[in-house]
Amino acid sequence: MIQISSKKVRILVAKPGLDGHDRGARVVARGLRDAGFEVIYTGLHQTPEQVAETALQEDVDVVGLSILSGAHMTLVPRIKKMLADNGMNDVLMVVGGIIPEEDAEELIKCGNADKVFNPGEPLETITGYIKSKF
Amino acid sequence: MDKDKLDRIAEKKKRWQEEAATARERSEPFMTVSGRPVGALYTPLDNADLDYEKDLGFPGSYPYTRGVQDNMYRGRVWTMRQFSGFGDAYDSNNRYRYLLEQGQTGLSVAFDMPTIMGYDSDSERSLGEVGRCGVAIDSLEDMEILFDQIPLDRVTTSMTINGPAAILWCMYLANAEKQGVSLDKVGGTIQNDILKEYIAQKSWIFPPEPSMRLITDIFSFAADHVPRWNTISISGYHIREAGSTAAQELAFTLADGFAYVEAGIQAGLNVDRFAPRLSFFFNAHIDFFEEICKYRAARRIWARRMKEKYGATDERSLKMRFHTQTAGCSLTAQEPENNIVRTALEALSAVLGGTQSLHTNSMDEVLALPSEKAVKIALRTQQVIAYESGAANTIDPLAGSYFVEALTDQLEAEAEAYFRRIDELGGVLPAIDQGFFQQEIADAAYDYQRAVDREDLVVVGVNRYNTSEKVQIDLLKIDPAVEEKQVRRLKKLKESRDNDAVARSLAALKKSAAGSDNLIPKIMDAVRVYATEGEIVAALKEIFGEYREKPLF
Amino acid sequence: MQDLVAELLKGNRRAAARLISLVENDDPQKRELLKGVYPHTGNAYLIGITGAPGSGKSSLVDWLLKQMRKDGLTVGVIAVDPTSPFSGGAILGDRIRMQDHALDNDVFIRSMGTRGSLGGLSRATREAIQVLDAFGKDIILIETVGVGQSEVDIVKTADSTVVVLTPAGGDSVQTIKAGIMEIADIFVINKSDLPGADRTETEINMMLDMKKSKAWRPPVVPTVSVNNEGIAELWNSIQEHRSHMEESGRLLEIRRERVKRELTEQVEYLVKNRIWERVKEEIEFDSLVEKIVHREQDPYSTAGDLLAKINFYERETGEGG
Repeated sequence: MIQISSKKVRILVAKPGLDGHDRGARVVARGLRDAGFEVIYTGLHQTPEQVAETALQEDVDVVGLSILSGAHMTLVPRIKKMLADNGMNDVLMVVGGIIPEEDAEELIKCGNADKVFNPGEPLETITGYIKSKF
Repeated sequence: MDKDKLDRIAEKKKRWQEEAATARERSEPFMTVSGRPVGALYTPLDNADLDYEKDLGFPGSYPYTRGVQDNMYRGRVWTMRQFSGFGDAYDSNNRYRYLLEQGQTGLSVAFDMPTIMGYDSDSERSLGEVGRCGVAIDSLEDMEILFDQIPLDRVTTSMTINGPAAILWCMYLANAEKQGVSLDKVGGTIQNDILKEYIAQKSWIFPPEPSMRLITDIFSFAADHVPRWNTISISGYHIREAGSTAAQELAFTLADGFAYVEAGIQAGLNVDRFAPRLSFFFNAHIDFFEEICKYRAARRIWARRMKEKYGATDERSLKMRFHTQTAGCSLTAQEPENNIVRTALEALSAVLGGTQSLHTNSMDEVLALPSEKAVKIALRTQQVIAYESGAANTIDPLAGSYFVEALTDQLEAEAEAYFRRIDELGGVLPAIDQGFFQQEIADAAYDYQRAVDREDLVVVGVNRYNTSEKVQIDLLKIDPAVEEKQVRRLKKLKESRDNDAVARSLAALKKSAAGSDNLIPKIMDAVRVYATEGEIVAALKEIFGEYREKPLF
Repeated sequence: MQDLVAELLKGNRRAAARLISLVENDDPQKRELLKGVYPHTGNAYLIGITGAPGSGKSSLVDWLLKQMRKDGLTVGVIAVDPTSPFSGGAILGDRIRMQDHALDNDVFIRSMGTRGSLGGLSRATREAIQVLDAFGKDIILIETVGVGQSEVDIVKTADSTVVVLTPAGGDSVQTIKAGIMEIADIFVINKSDLPGADRTETEINMMLDMKKSKAWRPPVVPTVSVNNEGIAELWNSIQEHRSHMEESGRLLEIRRERVKRELTEQVEYLVKNRIWERVKEEIEFDSLVEKIVHREQDPYSTAGDLLAKINFYERETGEGG
C-alpha cells in the first residue's frame, strides 16, 4: 500500500450571537460536505469563547461564521483575537450574513476576516473559494 | 358540468396539446418557487369535482375559502401594520409616532435579539446585539417609554415575541394599567408561537412542555381579563423563511395550530373559549398564484377541522384570521431597488388571498435595518394596492379560475398528507423531537439553493441579468452608544427600584412555576415592581431548564 | 514534531488537537509521534456509547459529562459521524449537544468523520484515544456513528460498552440483530417516557434470561436524556461495571487482547507496506492488471509470481522484515 495522506480540510461552521437564522449556515454546511469538506457544526447561540475553543479542539483549517443579527462588528474581531491568542492565526476566516459592504471592507482591512459572503451567494462560489485556498 | 361536456373538452384539450407540443418551450423547468411543476393550461377538467357550496361558499360563511368577512375590503381595507423597532425605547417611540402620522393603522414591535432570547442588555451574551435588529426592552420602564404619548386604548399592537412572550405581554398590560386603560380595552397580538421556534425560527428558551404551559396560561388569563387580545399568532412566516415549500408552510403551520387547540382542550378549556382569539401569520413569497391558493386552502382546512374534529361551534373559532408579511428571503442584496417590485407582487398576492393585515418589507432589509425612506415606500406600496389598483373592489376575484381552484385543492391535499405523517409520528411535539419538520425544511432549503445555482429558478440580478454594480443606498446605522446608554439606564433602574420586592416576586414566581398555578398573575406582580426580563427568565430557567437543538442537516 | 508530544504531556490543548489531526491524516510522522505518546497511555478508562441514530446518544454523553465532572474526573470525548461515501465530506454535528462543556478545560471534545471505515468508528479513533489518554484524561467517551448493525469495532476498543435503545424506534428488540445485543455491558432505554418502554425493558430482560449465566449481567437502565432522568443510575452502572472489570481481572484480559490485536496489525501493516514499496519499485502493476482483465492471466497465480519476483520470502527471512 502506497501511503497517501488522507488530509481533509476541516471547517468550523459556527453561529455566534443570539440570532436563530441558521438556514444559510445549514445550507452552506451541506454544500461544503458535498464538496468533500469535513464540517464541524457548533449549533446556535455560541459565545465567541465557545467558537474559539471549538476551533482549537477540532483543529480546523477554516472558521466560517454566520451572523445575521447585525452584531458582526463586535463578534468577528473578538473571535479573531481569541483564535490568535490560541495560536491559530493562520486559520482562514470566512464570514457570511447580512454584512453591509463598508463593514465587510473594514473587517477585511483590519485582518479580522479573509472573505465576506452576502446572502444569495451560490454554493459553488463559497466552496470554490475555500478550495482555492488549500 | 355534465359529463358529455367534459368529455368534449378533454378531447379538444388533447388536440390542442398535440399542436402545442410542436412549439418550442423555454429551457428552464416550469415550476413554482417551491419546485411544484405547473401545467401549460388548466381547464374545467381540473375542477371537475369542485362543489361551489361545499368547497367555496360565500365570504363570511363556512368553509370561508373566499374570505372570513362578509364584505371583506369593501368594508375596511386590511390593517397596514409595519413591523419596526430598533435602538432603545426612545428611538422606536419616535419611529412609531412617525408611522402613525403617515397613516399606519396598527403598531408592530420588533424586539432585539437579547430581548427575544430572554437576556437583559447588560448580559455578557447581549454584547454587540443591543438594539440591533429591534428595540431593547429590559423592564416595564422601557415599555413605558416605548408607548409614551401613544394611548393603548386607541392603537392595537402586535409584538413579535415568543419564548418570553408572557413577560413582554405582562409589561404591556402593566403599562396599560399605568396609562389608566383597563385591560378589557386593550387590543393586540403576541406571536407566542413556540412550536415554530423549535421547527424553524430557533429562538427558543424553555423546553416544549413548560413552554406549552405558559401558552395555555396566557389563553386562560386572556379569556378572563383581556378579551380583545390575540393570544397567539401561529406562524408559517418563519417556517417559510427557513426554506420550506409553500405546502410545508401551510401544513406545518396548521398542524401547530391544531396542536395549540389540543393543548388548550387538554388544559381544560372549552374550545370556543380560546379558539376565537387564535390568529395566524403567513409568508407572501414571490410565486404569485401558489401563494394566493395557499391562503385560500388554509382558511378552508382550518374551518373544516375546527368544526369536524374539534367540535367548535362558535363561528369565530372557525374563521382563520391572518397577518401576512412579504418574504424577506425573496429579497436580494444585489440591486436592492428591485425588491420594491418583488414586495409589491407579494403584497398583491396576500391581498388577493384575503389577508387581515399586512407588512411589506423595505427594499434595504437584506442589507441592514430599514431606513425611514425605504419604510415609507413599503407602506406606500400597500396604499397603492389598496386605493389605486382596484384589487380591493371585489372579493376573492380569482375564485373560479381553473388554475387557482386546482392549485388550492392540490395544496389542501398535500397538507392533509402531511397531517397524516405527523399523526403517524405521534403528533407535533414527538415529530419535533424526531426532527421531522427540521429535516423536511432543511431538505427543501437545500433543494431551493441547488435549483437557483443551476438556474432552474431565476432570480433577477442574482443568477440572471446580474451586474456587479456597487450598492448605493443609504443605510440606517445603529449607534454603538445605544448599547452603553441602555446598559447605563438599566443599572440605574436596578439601583433605584425596591429590590426586596423584586426578590419576593421572583421567589413567588418560582414557587408557582414548580407547581401548576397560572403563572401570568405572578409575572404581572414581578414586572410591576420592575423585575427585569432577564431576571424573570433566569428564575423560570431554574425550574424549567433550557431547550437544546437537534443536530440535523 | 516531538515537541508536540512534549507539549501534549504538559497539557497543551492545541498540541492535543494538532496530534489528533496528524494521526488522522496519516502524516508521514504518525508512527514516530505515536511511539512518543504510547508510554504515557493506559491510564484512561474507555467507555463506548453506541445505538441507532436519533436514540439520543449525544445528549446522554452531555449528561454523563456533567456527572463525571461533578465527581472531579477529567474527560475526553470522541464523537464519530459518518463520512459521505459520495463526496468524502462529512457534517460532524454531535458537539451541538455538548457545547455547555466547550469552555471546561478538563473536557476535550473531538469530532471525527468515519473516512471510509465501516465498523462504527473512524479510521483513527484508536490513535485519537491514545492521544487523549496520554493527555491525562481520566475517562474517554467514544460515541459511535450509530448506523445499527455494524457497530462492532466499539467493543474491541472500549472497556465498557453502553448500548442505547429507544422504545419508539419501531424496532422491537427481537428484530435488532443479535450482534448489537451481544456487545452491551449496559443497556439504556432512552426516551423511556415514550409508550412501549416497559415492553422494551421486558424484552431485553427476557433475552438476557435466555443466555447462559455470565459473571456480569448487563443492567437495563431507563433514561430520559432531555430531562436528566436516569443519568445518575447510568453512571452508577458504568462504575459498577468498571469495578467488576477491574476486580475480576477481565479488564486486564481484554486489554491484553487489544494489545495482541494492535501488535498483529502493526506487523501486518509493516509487512504490507514493505511489500508494496517493492512492488511499486519493481513491478509494472498496471500492466499485470491489464493482462488479468483480458484473461491472459489469473489473479491467483499472478499474486504468487509477483511475490516470488520481488524475492519476498527470501529477503524477508534474510533481513528480518
